[in-house]
Amino acid sequence: MAELPIIVVGAGQAGLQVAESLRRGGYDGSLALIGNEKILPYQRPPLSKQYLSEGMLEDRLLFRSSEYYEKKDIELVLGQHVSALDTSARSLIVDGKTRPYGKLALATGASARPLSVSGSEHEGVCYLRSVDDAKYIRGRLSADPQRVVAIGGGFIGLEVAGSARELGHSVTVIEAQERLMARVVSPLVSEYFRKVYRSRGVDIVLNVAVNRIERSTDGSLIVVLADTRTIPADLVVVGIGSSPHTELAETAGLHCDNGIVVDEFAQTSDPYVVAAGDCTMHKNSRLGIFHRLESVQNAVDQAKIAAMTLLGNQKPYDQVPWFWSDQLGAKLQMAGRSDGFNRTVMRGSMEDGEFSIFYFDDDVLIGVDSVNRPTDHVVSRKLLAAGANVPDQIIVDLEQNLKTLL
Amino acid sequence: MPKVIYIDVDGERHETEVSNGSSVMEGAIANGVEGILAICGGSCACSTCHGYIDDAWIDRVGPPNEIEESTLELALDRRTGSRLTCQIPMRDELDGLVVHVADNDG
Ligand SMILES: Cc1cc2nc3c(=O)[nH]c(=O)nc-3n(C[C@H](O)[C@H](O)[C@H](O)COP(=O)(O)OP(=O)(O)OC[C@H]3O[C@@H](n4cnc5c(N)ncnc54)[C@H](O)[C@@H]3O)c2cc1C
Ligand code: FES
Repeated sequence: MAELPIIVVGAGQAGLQVAESLRRGGYDGSLALIGNEKILPYQRPPLSKQYLSEGMLEDRLLFRSSEYYEKKDIELVLGQHVSALDTSARSLIVDGKTRPYGKLALATGASARPLSVSGSEHEGVCYLRSVDDAKYIRGRLSADPQRVVAIGGGFIGLEVAGSARELGHSVTVIEAQERLMARVVSPLVSEYFRKVYRSRGVDIVLNVAVNRIERSTDGSLIVVLADTRTIPADLVVVGIGSSPHTELAETAGLHCDNGIVVDEFAQTSDPYVVAAGDCTMHKNSRLGIFHRLESVQNAVDQAKIAAMTLLGNQKPYDQVPWFWSDQLGAKLQMAGRSDGFNRTVMRGSMEDGEFSIFYFDDDVLIGVDSVNRPTDHVVSRKLLAAGANVPDQIIVDLEQNLKTLL
Repeated sequence: MPKVIYIDVDGERHETEVSNGSSVMEGAIANGVEGILAICGGSCACSTCHGYIDDAWIDRVGPPNEIEESTLELALDRRTGSRLTCQIPMRDELDGLVVHVADNDG
């Protein structure tokens, strides 16, 4: 009997990378990549950026052309949902049909967390995760100036707000926390971006929750805040976080906890199943913590680890996390962590709009956030990976090249 | 449309047309050239679209700008002619450009 295939569920950034790394690692057996979206695997980051603000063509979102999958002998199954996983029989149900696997990779990603207040179901209240979502928003933003409300001041809400503003719409961002991007950047960076948005005419409302969304008599929307303020809107984009797709893993009895739990080798609680990307609660052996990340870096690097594990060539996941976000012309780049620090050192200046904040836990550098200082970002990734000693006086002195510390 | 000749990591030659304004990286992706990964989608943030401009073309392509220069720091095996292909927009002047793809998956 022919060897059973390796199947990858979820044809996004992580799923594609698992397949690609398997081939690259010498696996020449049968390999299927199954996803429930109809379009060829594509990048999500531009959806809130160039795709909205610059009318980027859809073709340019695609990771690879269709010939690529043929050439690599990857059976690409699109538009089909995997509805069940049986780990003891080692089989999947795909569009009602049973498919056996030898080994399995789950790369099911995450979906936008739904807003639960009354009125969330109104037409004009939307989310941004997929190209279909982005197409809808882009369509709405192509009309005359609209009143756009972003609920949630995280990356996605802010990027949509920035893109909509660049297109000339009037924009309000509502954030329940006391600062922007509270989960992922330090208060200094939050405050900097609040000022950037303000100065570009975006209204930022902090510290208040949305109570409900009403439809007014003229058909437009009214966002009602917990303090009874009302904000009229033509379009409401909700970006309040995401929920990992764990349904398949959970019903199969795999260990899940805000994500499919995997060790530093991307191994789930089943020996024949690995997982990677946004769907995982994973261990990073460098940081020594379990966390769930939503980033291209994590999707790609963890997928490579997962592929190696499938090939029986285990290597621990210990990459330095990094992320970027483009907001109203400011390039925010993050390396390492910006939580758990007890002091910070600044390079450059916020007034000039070009600075990096170095986060330390005592003397140990744990992360760096850069705004319009790409060189700092790149060198920081290397400094963090090397565990280098980074003296304050070198950081603050722009004449000093950080590279000399490597 | 101008042509680009990509020599991939396995030495395979891909000759293909790339429309003006598209990047050399996009041309590689659209044509399934092995080794151009481009995980940041051309945001000049990852260096996985690294390639070596053939000696004969280095002058016409020109040097990287400051941002690209810094991202190139992440590239594994930097040499003369190293460029991030997402930062080279195609133009008639570059018709026939030869790019050797770097090992971006190390
Ligand atoms: C608007 C937006 C902007 C972003 N910007 C940035 C950025 O600037 N920088 C950055 O680093 N990251 C950014 N990200 C995050 C990044 O795109 C994600 O971290 C990355 O896409 C995760 O890849 P993934 O493969 O884990 O998940 P996904 O890309 O979500 O892929 C999972 C796929 O699996 C499919 N699937 C799920 N369940 C099943 C099933 N049962 N059967 C079949 N198919 C299934 C899903 O439909 C989906 O297609 C952004 C994300 C969004 C949405
Ligand atoms: S695609 Fe990432 S730097 Fe070129």
